[in-house]
Amino acid sequence: MADAAAPVNPASAEQSLAAAPAEDRPLLQVEDVVKHFPIKRGIFFKRQIGSVQAVEGVSLEVRRGETLGLVGETGCGKSTLARCITRLHPLTSGRVIFDGVDISRLSARQLRTHRRRMQMIFQDPFGSLNPRRRVGSIIGDPLAIHGVADGGERKRRVQELMEVVGLNPEHYNRFPSEFSGGQRQRIGVARALALRPSLIVCDEPVSALDVSVQAQIINLLEDLQGEFHLTYVFIAHDLAVVEHVSDRVAVMYLGKIVEMAETAELFGSPRHPYTAALLSASMVADPEKARSSHRVVLYGEVPSPINPPSGCRFHTRCPKAQPLCSVEEPPLRIQAGDSAGHVTACHFPVAPGEQLVGAAPAISAAATAFAADSPDIGEGGRA
Amino acid sequence: MIRFVIRRVVQGIVTLWVIVSLVFILFFMTNPDPARLLAGKSATLTEVASIRASLGLDHPLWQQYLSYLGRLITGNLGESYKLHEPVTTLLGQWVQVDISLAVGAGIIWLILGLSVGILAARRPRSVWDRSATVFVLTGLSTPTFILGLLLLYVFFYLLTTHGVSIFPGAGNYTPFLTNPAQWVRDLILPWLTLALITAATYARLSRSSLLEVLGEDYIRTARAKGLSERRIIYRHALRAAITPIVTQFGIDLATVLGGAIITETVFGLPGLGENVVSAIGREDLPVIQGIVLVAAAFIVVANIVVDAIYAVLDPRVRLS
Amino acid sequence: MSLSPFEVSSAALVAEEEQSAEALDAAGAIEGRSPLRLALARLRSDRMAWVAAGMILLMVVLALIAPVLSSITGHSPYNPDLVNGTDTFGQPYGPGQAGFLLGTDNVGRDILVRIAYGARISLLVGILATLLATVGGTALGLVSGYYGGWIDALLARLMDAVLSFPYVLAAIVLAAVFGGSLPLTIGVIAFFSWAAIGRIVRGQTLSQKEKEYVEAARSIGAGSFRIMFVDILPNLIAPVIVLGTLLVPVAIVFEATLDYLGVGVGPPTPTWGNMLADDQGSAGFGAWWFWVLPSIALLITTLGFNLLGDSVRDALDPRTERLFAMRRKKAAAGGLGASAGAGTEPLSGGTEA
Repeated sequence: MADAAAPVNPASAEQSLAAAPAEDRPLLQVEDVVKHFPIKRGIFFKRQIGSVQAVEGVSLEVRRGETLGLVGETGCGKSTLARCITRLHPLTSGRVIFDGVDISRLSARQLRTHRRRMQMIFQDPFGSLNPRRRVGSIIGDPLAIHGVADGGERKRRVQELMEVVGLNPEHYNRFPSEFSGGQRQRIGVARALALRPSLIVCDEPVSALDVSVQAQIINLLEDLQGEFHLTYVFIAHDLAVVEHVSDRVAVMYLGKIVEMAETAELFGSPRHPYTAALLSASMVADPEKARSSHRVVLYGEVPSPINPPSGCRFHTRCPKAQPLCSVEEPPLRIQAGDSAGHVTACHFPVAPGEQLVGAAPAISAAATAFAADSPDIGEGGRA
Repeated sequence: MIRFVIRRVVQGIVTLWVIVSLVFILFFMTNPDPARLLAGKSATLTEVASIRASLGLDHPLWQQYLSYLGRLITGNLGESYKLHEPVTTLLGQWVQVDISLAVGAGIIWLILGLSVGILAARRPRSVWDRSATVFVLTGLSTPTFILGLLLLYVFFYLLTTHGVSIFPGAGNYTPFLTNPAQWVRDLILPWLTLALITAATYARLSRSSLLEVLGEDYIRTARAKGLSERRIIYRHALRAAITPIVTQFGIDLATVLGGAIITETVFGLPGLGENVVSAIGREDLPVIQGIVLVAAAFIVVANIVVDAIYAVLDPRVRLS
Repeated sequence: MSLSPFEVSSAALVAEEEQSAEALDAAGAIEGRSPLRLALARLRSDRMAWVAAGMILLMVVLALIAPVLSSITGHSPYNPDLVNGTDTFGQPYGPGQAGFLLGTDNVGRDILVRIAYGARISLLVGILATLLATVGGTALGLVSGYYGGWIDALLARLMDAVLSFPYVLAAIVLAAVFGGSLPLTIGVIAFFSWAAIGRIVRGQTLSQKEKEYVEAARSIGAGSFRIMFVDILPNLIAPVIVLGTLLVPVAIVFEATLDYLGVGVGPPTPTWGNMLADDQGSAGFGAWWFWVLPSIALLITTLGFNLLGDSVRDALDPRTERLFAMRRKKAAAGGLGASAGAGTEPLSGGTEA
């Protein structure tokens, strides 16, 4: 990991930040990132008739060596945000500053050098590996593209990587179809690791796997983090997984971050009604606790990101909503009584110990109204 | 739907314009002075010049091109250099042969192709299926002119030399209005030639399309509720399977209408196809342009019609 | 907090997970067999493919030994020989007469020698035009599907235009303008064939580029060129090979047709199309061998390639419904990689086809 603390590329100096010593500076700063996907129609000339507002002004920081969890329902924009961070999508506006360099406006050529230090692990262990290429060349691809190693040296390093992630190096010449889901995800991890990156964005890396295999991959990622001084942005909809791996957690709803805090604080005393609902919806492994706990039931559908609600985007489904909520958008700020790192975007945050209006008993049939997309939520067991 | 038709018509007109322009450019690139050709070998320079002037060939190329396009819009395709008749009149005569060809052949290949395809699909892997396979394979591998020659040899030459003259040889064509019976007699071999080869495609298409539909869940449901196999095939499956066949049929019909060059040449039929070959031989530019335009127009129109029908037949298809 | 599964040592579970792949270990060597190699193995065990290969080989051998045939018999494929090639009444010899195995044409040329030389042209045109069309169609289809936008709009419209051309007519016009020749014939055939492949490759590319592996390639810094030709192309190779094989007979028929219409490779070059055109009407149908024999040669070639194409399709994608097969097997549910042995079962069942 010699290059983890490498100096910033002086060519594209980011003056405002260059002042801070490299070690103290956050590894990743996301500043007001907006991503809209245009919707076009027309007979001869396509004109834009609207846009899907997938990510709407997200700001966050990721410190060196930490794991930032990103949770939210399907369609809340978390995967889009991940692809904005890694510049797989161009940004509509905003900045992504990676180790002091604004990468959001770099050309494809300039971006290549930064890609070496910022890798991604994908959700689908089947779709993300090219079925027609051998495992060795899939893992060796980053080395080949960036001219790091060739021929025998490349093979040696690939086999080393395979060993690191728990694959048999002798399977170098196999095809992805000859591996199980968990093994395939290990291949994905090895590929992400090949260039010794500082940051790995994990886009739901375990949600497509069996529960028992999920644990292995999570443990592998944790082991690797220690060994290679990695920083993770970890996206998931499974709260148990996020709680387990994250140092801090950000909750997203309809393209915005609604709450962000240290893991223990967020799970212990959620302030945003959405976070509270999300937490209460995840199943509890202990039946005693399940019986005693209350479940917040959210009614209605997630609104369309093409035409999001005014004011606070959550007000259409929020049990605490007031007239103000539909008019004025609450800023992300530290609420009274919270620690410095805990920010919530809510006019009427949940007080510690408060039971939300509209909360229903845990065993109620209506509880399924908020199923999120987390049928697998409980297996990991939340304490 | 209306938007779709408008857009496709405009696209079609653009395609036709490109094709017409290409033909125009091609011929002027290789033969910049048709007047000399027209006047003949014994013509004097003044005669050539007067022909050139009367055809507007003394103007710059771009002026000729523009005036050509202008005349085209008004439906004037010019006059044949050699036959000295308006191209539109000639096309009107010739296309009758192609309509005759298309009607007869289309009916035969549709019936034959569908029957073979359904027969094969109803009993996959049976003797019927295998025979259908041989039929398809042979059809796909046989060039049209070889089949034409074979039919002529067997049904005209061999029969006639053995004293049975049912089928006429090459070079006979009787308009339908003159004598319908003779019309059929003259065209039966060309019809078979076109139809047998084309039917192979239809047999393959209908077989695979039907097999695919027969694997659907709703067919299984139909079987489960006790419908007869006949009803399942003809009422349920065929309706869904027919869409790709309709598409293919429209395009094929249009192709024949625009000139079945090979069949017409083999059988000596005076349609667009045979005439374009002879027009090329005598460098008769207006005729060539006219035929290319008509042939392309048939295909362009067929494409639009077929896409529209497709949307009607298959509600899942949305026009966009 | 963190409960059961996470606490289990990862090493212990790796071993457990590995078991699921154990069956695969037992089945083959450490080196995975590539899908193409598996396909080749399936092809080798396909009797129909051998029949097809035999038919094609016959024509290839004929093409190769054409000059030998000519020098052994002393019969030129080009020059009329009314003295030795026709009888005392100036009539052509039938097959087997006067030392002419397949007879002579009406100017006394040896039909066998001319068919052999014709095979050279047919195979050359068929294979070269197919190669050109396949390479061009694949490249343009990839570019069109991958880049999208105005490049795609332009290329897709071009493909539509080429496909909606009355192509025989267009080919005749082109040949008439530029004068028939071998390179032009190949070019014309390639020009009117690439779009069919291009359209299919474009469609496949459109679906492939949405796959996550393309995103993964971009995330590690791969350029567009690399993604198109290193990542996407291998996933399209199966349909391209099938289409290519099936294009050969189409090109061969196309070439013969152009010759027959007198706008292809002109006489006196001995091509099958020329032989058929020469003989129509001249000696009438009495001398059947004039046209029947070149027709048979042509049919053997096109049948051979069509059969081979069907076998190749079956070998590359065993799940598709097969058109021409000597054996019938239930479509295996397993994927390409897992079904190493699926295609290698001994031949059985019906033999007619």
